[in-house]
Amino acid sequence: MNLRRDVFQAIADPTRRAILLLVATQSLTAGAIAANFNTARPTVSKHLQILTECELLTQEQTGREIYYHLNGQKMKEIADFIEPFRKMWDDRFNKLEGIMKKYIPKK
Amino acid sequence: MERKTKVHAEDGKQEIIITREFDLPLQLLFRAYTEPGIVEQWMGTKVLKLENKKHGSWQFETTDAGGKVVFRANGTIHDFVAEHKITRTFEMENTPFETQLEFLEFEALTDDSSKLTMHIVYRSVALRDKMLQLPFAQGINMAHNRLQNFVQQLK
Repeated sequence: MNLRRDVFQAIADPTRRAILLLVATQSLTAGAIAANFNTARPTVSKHLQILTECELLTQEQTGREIYYHLNGQKMKEIADFIEPFRKMWDDRFNKLEGIMKKYIPKK
Repeated sequence: MERKTKVHAEDGKQEIIITREFDLPLQLLFRAYTEPGIVEQWMGTKVLKLENKKHGSWQFETTDAGGKVVFRANGTIHDFVAEHKITRTFEMENTPFETQLEFLEFEALTDDSSKLTMHIVYRSVALRDKMLQLPFAQGINMAHNRLQNFVQQLK
């Protein structure tokens, strides 16, 4: 494995980020991923190769097809990947609290 | 500042526990979950249906400025005990995510503070991890868009 390739290099590219976004919701084959981009298939293959080398994507053979899926463990290396999820709920609950404080009778 | 919302997601488990303490009396916290007009405000979605009773159901919908539906979710209420608990299912329509089971428990801490514990169970560990990653993935996308806008201004 090329040691200069790390997860930060992987997410530095917009196409690769878009690929991560695609497979975040479901495992896809290279063909299905490539269908989402206007770039040539070999370019997409190269991106998939880099993402796989960085272990952000893992490959899974199902019959004749190879499916790519997101490697959650590796995502933790970039950041605590739960943090945006926590923040989403924190923002929602802060809003709830702010709205409901208007209903508190003044003492 | 201490983080008020805590997310507990153990590796290899198909569940998430979200806890939050509110500077609100229990009664007001519970109202925020049961009054459609209030739910709409903090969830930022339209409430089409919200039957707060055992065997009731709910449906939320969000549309963009042009009236196009961008989010729709629904579920059934399995158990409902006022100011104590709501057990319900949650399903996002037209997504690969499968229905999840939510146990919401409400408790009073003092007269003016309360606590919510949300226990969410997913069909599989993989689905749970994908759900956890969703805001992360959207986040990197948004961060990238912001960066792109900024760079374009420099040109």
